[in-house]
Amino acid sequence: MLLIDCPYCGERPELEFVYGGQAHVARPAQPAQVSAQQWADYLYRRDNTRGVHAERWRHTHGCGRFFNALRDTTTDHFRATYKVGEPPPSAAAPVPR
Amino acid sequence: MQPFSGLALLRRGLSGQRGWTTQWRSPPPKAAYDALIVGGGGHGLGAAYYLASEHHLTNIAVLEKGWIGGGNTGRNTTIIRSNYLFDESAALYDHAVRLWERLSQVLNYNVMFSQRGVMMLAHTVHDAQVFKRHVHANRVNGVDNEWLTPEQAKAFCPLLNTGNIRYPVLGAALQRRGGTARHDAVAWGYARAADALGVDIIENCEVTGIRRNASGAVEGVETTRGTIRAPRIGVAAAGHTSVIMKMAGIELPLESYPLQALVSEPVKPVFPCVVMSNTIHAYISQSDKGELVIGAGTDAYTSYTQRGGLHITSHALEAICELFPMFRRLRMLRNWGGIVDVTPDRSPIIARTPVPGLYVNCGWGTGGFKATPGSAHVFAWTIARDEPHPLNAPFTLERFRDGQLIDEAAAAAVAH
Repeated sequence: MLLIDCPYCGERPELEFVYGGQAHVARPAQPAQVSAQQWADYLYRRDNTRGVHAERWRHTHGCGRFFNALRDTTTDHFRATYKVGEPPPSAAAPVPR
Repeated sequence: MQPFSGLALLRRGLSGQRGWTTQWRSPPPKAAYDALIVGGGGHGLGAAYYLASEHHLTNIAVLEKGWIGGGNTGRNTTIIRSNYLFDESAALYDHAVRLWERLSQVLNYNVMFSQRGVMMLAHTVHDAQVFKRHVHANRVNGVDNEWLTPEQAKAFCPLLNTGNIRYPVLGAALQRRGGTARHDAVAWGYARAADALGVDIIENCEVTGIRRNASGAVEGVETTRGTIRAPRIGVAAAGHTSVIMKMAGIELPLESYPLQALVSEPVKPVFPCVVMSNTIHAYISQSDKGELVIGAGTDAYTSYTQRGGLHITSHALEAICELFPMFRRLRMLRNWGGIVDVTPDRSPIIARTPVPGLYVNCGWGTGGFKATPGSAHVFAWTIARDEPHPLNAPFTLERFRDGQLIDEAAAAAVAH
């Protein structure tokens, strides 16, 4: 089970959280203006990164807030967590295995 | 190829089991082939076999990053069924079941296909309604499926606890033609049969890049064992499909999740069928070795680690102990994870791609093993003819753009 560092509450077990999928997927501002392919990309296409992945989590059984995280999908180690609206930390230090 | 038969077994038995040859060659990769399959699991090896046997493309190779049988083909819970709701899915999965029924004879390799019946338990009124809908839809499509009362379910699987249980068994849907097969024998059988037809099976050969010519069409791959040229490339890389397809600039509607399974210590034959419970999430069967094979769920998050959280497996075991109290004292021998590629509608993609010469067979999610022969058969057709077989024509990449989803995800709370 993962230990997740909620930016508001600190480290808590994974069971308190709900995974929210890839982060920073922007909804087109004018859905009527985009093509079917662009809309499908927004709805369905995902990076599915093998490596450091920016993703959303919600601390459902805690503060209830959404936040973002950088996690290495080859090890499941979290590199960083950060609040919604903040840019992803670029120099997140790798966590030793 | 050294054919297997009762007589051959007897003859080798009398001579101390000496003289068996290897099941397939290990040739070094050639500089060029007519077609390449990336991924040496059941779907990839099967596609190579059908390319060679039905489409007469024998100058082809299967590239496998690890070893044959080491990926999801050897990691699943071996359940085979075709009781899917929608017409497109029922046709595709039942095509596979019909191929399963003859596969051991066709390959001259015992894949231990056993049609012992797959029983899916209903625990709520909603389950019962959904399963009855499935039963009717399946029967209209010529797929066997029948509704059982709790008493009939108990008679079919006497170990089932229908009494003192948190989520009572209200009935079950039974597909008698469903069952299990030995998963790694499927990979080995296809590998051996494809090799006998001249297909090169190249293990420990990881694809690191896809080469394209000036017009954008594929012309080969870069691998850890050098460059291999080919005008047609079929990718059947399961959980790593996104990684491979990005090498050709294609991004897919896929997410990769760890899916776990576990086996108990071996016991004498006690469990006559396959039982699945979607509501309390567990599925179980007994292998011919005697181990109880138990499937758990996926983790909540995407990952490539081939392991998952312990709370996922313990959740499955709690359900098993509730349904089959006599297994409470069994110990688990091993647990493991595999990485499965999940599409938004939980249906696969078997299709051409926007890159000429590049074909993809992916998105089987948590239930690809059951489809292995059917998937491989229509994928080979698609590669050989550069057009889909009628059975996989609906399973395109464009269905997500065009809103033509085959939404098995929404059809029921079905484990896929």
